[in-house]
This record gives sequence, C-alpha cells and structure tokens, in this order.
Amino acid sequence: MEIKETAVAGTLESSDIQIMISKAATGIQIDLQSDVEKQFGDQIRNVITTTLNALDVTAAKVKAVDKGALDCVIKARTIAAVQRASQTTDQPAWEVL
Amino acid sequence: MAENEERLRRTMMFVPGNNPAMVKDAGIYGADSIMFDLEDSVSMSEKDAARVLVYEALQTQDYGNAELVVRVNGQDTPYYANDVKAMVKAGIDVIRLPKAETPEMVHQLEDDILAAEKEFGREVGSTHLMAAIESAKGVLNAPQIAAASDRMIGIALSAEDYTTDMKTHRYPDGAELVFARNMVLHAARAAGVAAFDTVFTNMDDTEGFYRETEYIHQLGFDGKSLVNPRQIAMVNKVYEPTEKEVLNAKNVINAIEEARLKGSGVISMNGQMVDRPVVLRAQRVMRLAKASNLVDEEGNYIEK
Repeated sequence: MEIKETAVAGTLESSDIQIMISKAATGIQIDLQSDVEKQFGDQIRNVITTTLNALDVTAAKVKAVDKGALDCVIKARTIAAVQRASQTTDQPAWEVL
Repeated sequence: MAENEERLRRTMMFVPGNNPAMVKDAGIYGADSIMFDLEDSVSMSEKDAARVLVYEALQTQDYGNAELVVRVNGQDTPYYANDVKAMVKAGIDVIRLPKAETPEMVHQLEDDILAAEKEFGREVGSTHLMAAIESAKGVLNAPQIAAASDRMIGIALSAEDYTTDMKTHRYPDGAELVFARNMVLHAARAAGVAAFDTVFTNMDDTEGFYRETEYIHQLGFDGKSLVNPRQIAMVNKVYEPTEKEVLNAKNVINAIEEARLKGSGVISMNGQMVDRPVVLRAQRVMRLAKASNLVDEEGNYIEK
C-alpha cells in the first residue's frame, strides 16, 4: 500500500497510542515515545512493523506516541493511520484485520 | 429467535467504540451483555478508527461469558456497510441496528449479514441481530420489527430519540414512555425475543434509577441498557430473587425431577398440579439466583 499523505490515528489518552504516518523514500523508520520504552519499546515497534508489512507498506515514516496501549490497540491504530494515509478508508484491507 | 430461553440479559453496557481504555476494560464489570458503540458516541471523523479498534479488541480480549453486541451506524450512513462486514468477520454475537422503523430495515440487515458471513467464511446464521426502537413509527411497527428475523434476539427502546420525536422530553416519572415501553415489551414477548429498557443517564439520581429499574422489572423487561458500570450491580440487585422465590422455585424444579424419575407426565407439588407457566417461572428464578450467587451448584439456597 502506498503512503500518499500524512495521516494520524489514535489519541493521547491513557491506553491509547497516537500513530502518525508520512511518506518516506525507502524503508520504515519508527520514532517511538513511550513511558514504557525500556520494557516494551521493542515489542511496540515490532507490532507496528508487522502490521505495516501485512499491509504491504514498504516505505513510511512513523511517529508513535504511546500511552500504555495493548498490542491490539497498536495494531488497530496502525491500520487506521495507514488506511487514512493511503486514502483507502472506504475499502478496508479485510485480509489484514 | 436465537437462544432466548437460556440467556439472562439484565444489563447491556454501552462502551464507546473509539475509547481503548473502556474497550479494554469492558469485560471486568460483569455485565450480561457488552455493547460496543460505533454510532452516536463516535465522531464522524473517527468512525473508521473505532471500527478497526473494536475489531482488533474482539480478536484478542477476553470478555468472559458476556454476550457481545455492536451498535453499527444507521443504514442511511456511509459507514453502515463496512461496520456490518467488519463485525461479522470479527465474529460478533449480535449486531444492533439503530433507529429501526420497519421490518424491511431488519430484512436489509439480515441480507447484509448473510452476504458477509459467506464472504468471510463465518457459519451462516451465527451472527444474531437486535433492533433499537427510537421513534413513533418504530414503536407502532415494533411487533413486525421484533418478528422480522429468525436471527432476532431482542428489541430495545431508546428514549432520547423517541421523546424528541414525540415532541416531549424525559420526565422523572416516565409517563411519556408508558405507551412505548408497553408496546416494545409486548412486541418482544409476542415474538419470543428479549426486551431491553432505555438508558438512565443521571448518575447522581440513584433513587430515580432504582425507581425506574423496579418499574421496568415489574413490567417484565429482561433488563436495561446502561451507560455506567456502576449501574450493573444496582440492576442486578433489583432482579435478584427473594429467598422465598428461590425456595419455591427449587421445590418446583425438584417436583419436575421427581415426575421425570417416576415417568409421570403430570407434575405435582404439595398436591397441586404444576403447569407450564409455573415451571418456566421457576427456571427463570433459578437462573437469576445462580447469576446472583444465591444458590450452590445443586440449587440449594445459600444463607447470606
């Protein structure tokens, strides 16, 4: 899936994660802010990367601000942000959900 | 009419679909049914995100034995089609249709659910549905709506939209809802589905909440829609059977068992014949008693 514009999903409320996705020339770069970075940073990045791979996103810049989100929330916000950034909100990627 | 005889539906708790904290914790309060909302509690710009969030939560979170319901957006919105598809794919128990006014709307939802079940390889018929009655037209068509589908598990009265439609608003005594409540209840009973009363939103008026819950319990509603988990224990307390009711129900159940062992078709208790309504009532009392932890495994009353 091609990132066409910058898009955000999620909030800064507790248990949520805000994911901003924008265009990149190549590869996936993740900038993560989290109070539990030390304990769960790798896990959070891993969920984001796995979800992006499943959505066939090969190039993107990701800024993530975590407020203690569970994996299912991280995955949901990543999917929502990618769909917005690729302008495919009306045709969800059913196979990836 | 799906599995209505067995299930208790005293409490149906609303959970805003785009709030991860509430979606994650929804299972810990002991509600009989959890209703994730994609409709009024989600702003237009977040409809897509809420749908994905509820979907992913349903895949991973453990909500125990609660019946899982999703309120999708109305059929006149651009979100409805994808809401239904996503929730059927997620394997939700029940899809709740808002603003139901005609049986045709229920048929439409039924067709859309069936198409989604086939598309995503879900067992045909495994997704149930319910309808919210929110207008004068909906109330007058309630009997046809309640009986419109074999997948129907219940109908609910939604008083905010209804009272607005009636050019009134809600009053503490509920006189403005007398007709609608009785109509919805009768429609549900005639169709053999559950009846849910509307929400009570003033969290500071505990006395008013008890008064309204006792009233709808007396009428015969299965339960009530709730906006705050604090109300769950309050509703359960109203629906809790008394010791006398439990002991009597246990006697009826024993009499049935005795008749079965004797191979007798006629059930008698204290020399009186026990007919079907008495049996059904006793079974419901025992289900309520079990849910309220008033009886042990064998149905014996536990002293408080």
